[in-house]
Amino acid sequence: MAKILTKNLNLWYGTFQALINVNMAVQEKRITAIIGPSGCGKSTLLRVFNRMNDLIEGVRTKGKVEIDNQNILEGDFSELVQLRKKVGMVFQRPNPFPLSIYENIIFGLKVHHLAKKEEFDRIVERALESVLLWDDLKDKLHSNALRLSLEQRQRLCIARAIAVAPDIVLMDEPCSALDPQSTARIEELMRELKKDYTIIIVTHNMQQAARVSDDTGFMLLGELVEFDNTDKIFTRPQDKRTEDYITGRYG
Amino acid sequence: MKLRKIIEFIIEKLIFLCGVASILFVILIFAFLLKEGISFFKEVSFGKFIGGRYWYPISEPPQFGILPLILGSLLVTLGAIIVSVPLSIAAAFYISEVAPIKMKDILKAGIEMLAAIPSVVLGFIGMVTLVPWIKKAFHLPTGLTAFSGSIMLGLMAMPTIISISEDAINAVPKSYKEGALALGATRWQAMYRVVIHAAMPGIIAATMLGIGRVIGETMAVMMITGNAAVIPHTFLQPVRTLTATIAAEMGETVHGSMHYYSLFAIGIILFVITFIINFTADIFLHRNRK
Ligand SMILES: Nc1ncnc2c1ncn2[C@@H]1O[C@H](COP(=O)(O)OP(=O)(O)OP(=O)(O)O)[C@@H](O)[C@H]1O
Ligand SMILES: [Mg+2]
Repeated sequence: MAKILTKNLNLWYGTFQALINVNMAVQEKRITAIIGPSGCGKSTLLRVFNRMNDLIEGVRTKGKVEIDNQNILEGDFSELVQLRKKVGMVFQRPNPFPLSIYENIIFGLKVHHLAKKEEFDRIVERALESVLLWDDLKDKLHSNALRLSLEQRQRLCIARAIAVAPDIVLMDEPCSALDPQSTARIEELMRELKKDYTIIIVTHNMQQAARVSDDTGFMLLGELVEFDNTDKIFTRPQDKRTEDYITGRYG
Repeated sequence: MKLRKIIEFIIEKLIFLCGVASILFVILIFAFLLKEGISFFKEVSFGKFIGGRYWYPISEPPQFGILPLILGSLLVTLGAIIVSVPLSIAAAFYISEVAPIKMKDILKAGIEMLAAIPSVVLGFIGMVTLVPWIKKAFHLPTGLTAFSGSIMLGLMAMPTIISISEDAINAVPKSYKEGALALGATRWQAMYRVVIHAAMPGIIAATMLGIGRVIGETMAVMMITGNAAVIPHTFLQPVRTLTATIAAEMGETVHGSMHYYSLFAIGIILFVITFIINFTADIFLHRNRK
């Protein structure tokens, strides 16, 4: 059964249609990559899943998006908050809050009243451990998160997202601000996290998609052209446009 | 070609002169204050001046203690801070985060208008509306109190605090707010748990600049605080501020008398206080920019 299912999903920014009839089934506890040229609607699609597009004025959606069989597009405000607890997000540029490392991680817990104060320490430790930051940071939990290196910040953002125990983690080009070594380590981390979470990653970088993902969707001009096992997409694409793109014949 | 160069040269020097002039004026003003004030301190010790409890500059022998005036200024200022800071910060948040665009423009224009009202006018309005109301509300013998002054001064400080705080809030990277919302925070939670932290240095600076304005304000305070040079014990008592003392008494003193010089000495104290406040605000503003 699919974790996320989109049915004839269309999205408009005002009069501009950014998503056209997207049908896709994301499987649980796998890494799904979304690739495609700049401006094809990857981020837009990703932001549908936690309804971040709601923030933008003039956005209209049609169709269905089901997570665990529930249509998420119709939920009221409290369901929206629940949705965002269930679906975490990691952004392109690491954006830890200008608070302490500790405060960053317990932010979501406080917002959702998920845990008692006594449990915070344990949760912070676990979250930092799962992004392999604990050993480095355990002595400076109360220093400002903005002092960390870029890679550490992105790890912290991942830790912050998983501290509320989501099911799904959305990542929008999470490595594009990082150097190749950091990128490799974050990819390693993603493979680790896939045991517990369903991950969707948007990336410009086809090698990255090929390296980390189990399934890949290729988008072009708002359409999901092809969606299949990563192996298959990269070795035997069915659509001519996909083939052109992965062989580098598109911009 | 040559002419162009000359014109350029002249313009450059002119601009430089303008810049230097502003600094020069400040130095000249301070030098003048010092010159006039210094002779006062030859007669009365600094400690007695600052710590003296009585301000009877024209009795015989005269007493030049400005403690009641300093306390009066501080009390009115403190009250103004209590009145204006929470309101201003809330207003700044409303304008930058909540208000629809049309409302934003209207509010901003309104705030600029508030800043443009001359303080005499505000003082007059306060005198005919606020003062009688306070007298009635608190059953006081007079409505001319520190509290009345605080409210009017708070109103005067608000435009400064609101517009600078709003700039600080706008300067907070959008990504913070997005990150908070993506974690399921409401707009309100995102604001007070994240955005306000990020904007804090700017908000503090705004507050300091607002205070600077309040401490230096004269006209409105003179009209509505009652001008009694006694050490105040509550907000509902008449007080007299440093500024009001200078303004009220400068016209009546004999040029060159001790009284005359004492007013300049008060000026020095005021200058130092505002300088410290502006300097602190500057530090916070710069920290914000980094
Ligand atoms: N807020 C918006 N208002 C109007 N149009 C938008 C908005 N955001 C995105 N678009 C348009 O929608 C299309 C898809 O944008 P989106 O950001 O999803 O692309 P993307 O695939 O993520 O691109 P990139 O690889 O550059 O991040 C683009 O043509 C873009 O110009
Ligand atoms: Mg994008």
